[in-house]
Amino acid sequence: MTIKEIGEQIVEEFGLFEDWMDKYNYIIEMGKSLPVIDEKFKTQQYLISGCQSKVWVSAEMKDGKVIFKANSDAIITKGIISLLIRALSNQSPDDIINADLGFLDKIGLKEHLSPTRSNGLTSMIKQMKLYALAFKAKEG
Amino acid sequence: MITNDNISEIRLAFPALNQQVNNRQLVYFDNAATTLKPKVVSEAIAGYYNTINSNVHRGVHHLSQQATYAFENARKSVQQFINAGNSNEIIFTKGTTDAINLVAHSFGKKFINEGDEIIISQMEHHANIVPWQTVCEEKGAKLKVIPVTEKGELILDEYENLFTGKTKIVSVTHISNVLGTINPIKKIIETAHKYNVPVMIDGAQGIVHEKIDVQDLDCDFYCFSGHKIYGPMGTGVLYGKEDWLEKLPPYQTGGEMIKNVTFEKTTFNELPFKFEAGTPNVGGAVGLEAALAFVSHTGLDEIFNHEKELLEYGTEKLSEIEGLKIYGTAANKSGVISFLLDGIHQYDAGTILDQLGIAVRTGNHCAQPLIKSLGIQGTVRASFALYNTSEEIDIFAKAILKVKEMLG
Repeated sequence: MTIKEIGEQIVEEFGLFEDWMDKYNYIIEMGKSLPVIDEKFKTQQYLISGCQSKVWVSAEMKDGKVIFKANSDAIITKGIISLLIRALSNQSPDDIINADLGFLDKIGLKEHLSPTRSNGLTSMIKQMKLYALAFKAKEG
Repeated sequence: MITNDNISEIRLAFPALNQQVNNRQLVYFDNAATTLKPKVVSEAIAGYYNTINSNVHRGVHHLSQQATYAFENARKSVQQFINAGNSNEIIFTKGTTDAINLVAHSFGKKFINEGDEIIISQMEHHANIVPWQTVCEEKGAKLKVIPVTEKGELILDEYENLFTGKTKIVSVTHISNVLGTINPIKKIIETAHKYNVPVMIDGAQGIVHEKIDVQDLDCDFYCFSGHKIYGPMGTGVLYGKEDWLEKLPPYQTGGEMIKNVTFEKTTFNELPFKFEAGTPNVGGAVGLEAALAFVSHTGLDEIFNHEKELLEYGTEKLSEIEGLKIYGTAANKSGVISFLLDGIHQYDAGTILDQLGIAVRTGNHCAQPLIKSLGIQGTVRASFALYNTSEEIDIFAKAILKVKEMLG
């Protein structure tokens, strides 16, 4: 699936929730089920420091696709990370670089991506795109 | 007295209280970050801009004189509020941060040399760390830090041990913005003066929770922000003893603060104008004056008693919640409760509380060294003001249970 299609799918899923509590319970559940990043990546090198919560992100290239792994010390941040990974992981560097993540806005999570929230998510998206750029340059 | 009967009247003075956040009645518990403003403040500011709005200290025309009169009256009101001996000891600034930067810069420039020492404490806000650190880096001076006990109190014996012949200034907070600890500043000042060392007090939190009498305290500098005492943002005050202010070189230069300017040499204006370069925030000063009048009219003791009751009730209610740990249990404490829920990240807790219409602050509260020393990443902080009620604390306690249910 393309990033756009995954985004649409997520918007559709969130459309089923009747109130904010269902929505957040779902995000929390997703946070819990996010594959835990290998402890070896939980280091300063992979840390994106937010004032509010910490985020770790690593990336590798497999068959022309970028595979992201990430984690956070806050469960809601983790839940949102899992949405981002679902959309951006296993995509080509070009698609990642050009990705439009408007779906986060549509499901009412925009405030979590505000730079002033400083939970590491905005920096994480930037970092994911930087990884994609680096892989693209390497691939030539 | 602020009672259950008249609190609704007080709340009516604060229009921002009357709103829904995420479809629920707002509970505003982020007062240590900034207080809401009573209508009289915005009315005073609007009144200034809608009628006087002229530049101060220079025009001969009627409105300019009115503006000067309004600005200098505001200065006198601040003087009275903190019982300064002279209105020229009141410098208007942009806020506490600006005031600390002013003193750190000007004092540092003239009085700090290589090898000198500056004493601050473990519980300082970044605004009372970084300006001094910068001076230390520039001058090759050293920062010395008063440690804090587990309860969140300064260790005064160790404080006194920090003094050497090289100590040039002490700068400590009146009240911790994270823990609510009210520091014994009078004692701290007395100790420093024994060694002939001046003291600056960061009163950002202190101004709204204790009656300030700078002459009784005998502090050399005291500063605060208008927006934490129901006044406008972008306003602040630096009080300094006249002797000290006379000795300090100017911070910023430009218009207003000069006496004579030639291309060869500039002589500076007298106090307080020496430290107020450029057009001042006259509307802000007028708003601040209105805020101080509001506070005085409501009654400082009444406000403090009310906040104390809220703190006691809040501490009791929150202590009943299993797995909740309160940080900051000093004997003398202001209306701040910092806490964590077992196994729950403060960001997650804050997010769910926001969904429930409750405004709290989460994170390290611009006091990373203190937070680190507590061995944590941050806290959830609820802070109370004169318009808060025990019913709001009940709502808050219920909301925390919901947070536990969802995240625990």
